[in-house]
Amino acid sequence: MSCRRVLTPHPDTRTHLPVSAVIRCQNLFKTYEGRPPVEAVRGLDLEVAEGECFGLLGPNGAGKTTTIEILEGLLTATSGTVEVLGRQWGRDDDAIRQRVGISFQETKLSEKLSVRETLALFRSFYRRGIPPEEAIERVELAEKTKSRVGKLSGGQKQRLAVACALVGDPELLFLDEPTTGLDPKSRRQLWEIIRSYRQQGRSVLLTTHYLDEAERLCDRVAIVDRGKVIALGTPHDLIVSLGGEHVIEFTLDDQSANGSSTSREPDHDVFLRLPSVRSVHDDHGRTCLSVSEPHKALPALLDCLHSMNLPLASLTTRHASLEDVFVRLAGRHLEDEESPTP
Amino acid sequence: MTLAERELSGIDEQTAPQRGWTDRAFVQLVLARLREFYREPEAVFWTYGFPILLIVGLGIAFRNRSVEQMSVDVESGPDAAVAASTLGTNPRFIVTTSDPATCAMRLRTGKTQLVLSASGSPPAYRYHFDPSRPESVLARNAVDDALERAAGRVDRLKTTDETASEPGGRYVDFLVPGLLGMSLMGGGLWGVGFVTVDMRIRKLVKRFLATPMKKREFLAAIMVSRMLFMIPEVFIVLVFARYCFGVMYYGSLWSVAFLVLIGATMFAGIGLLVASRAKTVEAVSGLMNLVMLPMWMLSGIFFTSDRFPGAVQPVIKILPLTPLIDALRSVMLEGSSLSSQAARIAIMAAWGVVSFAVALKIFRWQ
Repeated sequence: MSCRRVLTPHPDTRTHLPVSAVIRCQNLFKTYEGRPPVEAVRGLDLEVAEGECFGLLGPNGAGKTTTIEILEGLLTATSGTVEVLGRQWGRDDDAIRQRVGISFQETKLSEKLSVRETLALFRSFYRRGIPPEEAIERVELAEKTKSRVGKLSGGQKQRLAVACALVGDPELLFLDEPTTGLDPKSRRQLWEIIRSYRQQGRSVLLTTHYLDEAERLCDRVAIVDRGKVIALGTPHDLIVSLGGEHVIEFTLDDQSANGSSTSREPDHDVFLRLPSVRSVHDDHGRTCLSVSEPHKALPALLDCLHSMNLPLASLTTRHASLEDVFVRLAGRHLEDEESPTP
Repeated sequence: MTLAERELSGIDEQTAPQRGWTDRAFVQLVLARLREFYREPEAVFWTYGFPILLIVGLGIAFRNRSVEQMSVDVESGPDAAVAASTLGTNPRFIVTTSDPATCAMRLRTGKTQLVLSASGSPPAYRYHFDPSRPESVLARNAVDDALERAAGRVDRLKTTDETASEPGGRYVDFLVPGLLGMSLMGGGLWGVGFVTVDMRIRKLVKRFLATPMKKREFLAAIMVSRMLFMIPEVFIVLVFARYCFGVMYYGSLWSVAFLVLIGATMFAGIGLLVASRAKTVEAVSGLMNLVMLPMWMLSGIFFTSDRFPGAVQPVIKILPLTPLIDALRSVMLEGSSLSSQAARIAIMAAWGVVSFAVALKIFRWQ
């Protein structure tokens, strides 16, 4: 994959952290034993502030689930320190568990129990909490109160799973891939549930490989790749760090590109000289320009291509997204399962 | 209607008081297990229907017949006619006349118990039978008696038969405690082992672990709910045997209840141990069969374990199922007291405690 890094390193956003942190982890490592051993997490630092919705964004296999399960106290780290709500796993487990709510990527709750029975069961594990009926209302399952779990749709099951996490009235909510595999309507419903939970001043840590989810829900995002945080900041800051909030993507007509692959390489420098173009990279045959002012860059680009006698096959402009940040930093797309060796 | 029943039936849930005893984690875990069980018709059928099917089947197959009939083959030939007609009029015998080869085949395959051949006049009789088969020996003696009497033998002693078929001595009486023990074993291992592994596979165990739920409450709830399922199971078997087969219970029912309870606890503990590490249903099924197979064969469910050689008796006596069945038989059939069964109860208690403790120690929570 060709990717030229023209950008200066992203600015360190850790300098303006709020004081009180609900999660603090430093230099986290997790190696799964085996042949060969798998280094799932390789030196990861995180701080989640009180009242914040923090997202771990990264492709499948980046180490997000391992990280969140260590923070949830379900896995032990190979090394590193973890502090949740000011306490440590292994010492104050019950105290932490009473105050956090957890939803896994996938849990098959008992199909034979009703929604209310399931929540009454989970409620019984906590000393304090909200009545099952209130949890049911918060996730908008009121008309399903007496339905068996087995009869619920995928989206309803996922909302029930979140209700199970909410029924202990947690101060901190862990959500692992909360909307993976759900239809758009169910996803929006879940986002609403998470937003209204946050309105009470509570904190959320979620993992996702959906960019729109991270952009819409999260105050701050850590982009995780191969067990490390490669970028950290608000979605907006991360996008701005690309140098331009807009992206112009174009492809050239194949016929003109034929046989001239050697002469295409200097093109990047040509484009970088265009007004307001901050960076250039190739992405699967498309050329992507990060641009701050598209109304200036576009006419210049068209003139430039015309003068070089390079006909366009396609051209689009859009707002830059976290995907662009990921592509820039990791050299591949979020959806690319298999990571190319660097 | 008690609160528990109301919760179970799902009626009137709103009126349950907040944070009453039904809101305790242990009670909720037990309730969840009970609901899952009763809402699964197949599980209910196999738990409650299977022991009854077995009793009916075996009770009919081994029912005590007032006139024990024997099947006897007579080799066809001119000299056999007298014997065939003599035996044919006696209701105790089912007589078949065939050629010698067919008779030999029927004897070898167990379809007949005795083959009679006759030659000469007056006929000389020859009995073909397998002396290791008790019913063959019986048939030989009975046929011999019948032929002798028909030929004019006069018995010099005056004898009268006083026959008795007392409840308590029949096969079905022997069988009921054995089946009770067997279903406690099967139910305990499957009911606990299978459910535990299933919850582990569904990541439900891990999900519970992510809450402040106490591990020992979770394990205890699985065991206790299993014991609650068992109460109707045992009740059905005992009542069915009492009223359909006239099985009499000579010991106190409290003693039987105590033995059932300790047996169920023991097998719930063993079930938990078997399931403590398994990651798949196949693995746990294999393990459970491995654990149960020796007990099916050796512990005296269908026939007394005394038939096995003396050398293996010490091993048989400490298998978990043996003391349970032996104690149940002593109490139910002989009216023994619990104190006379102390050694057997101690063996069962040891199995239960050790299994639970080891299971708690090595349990795979995720």
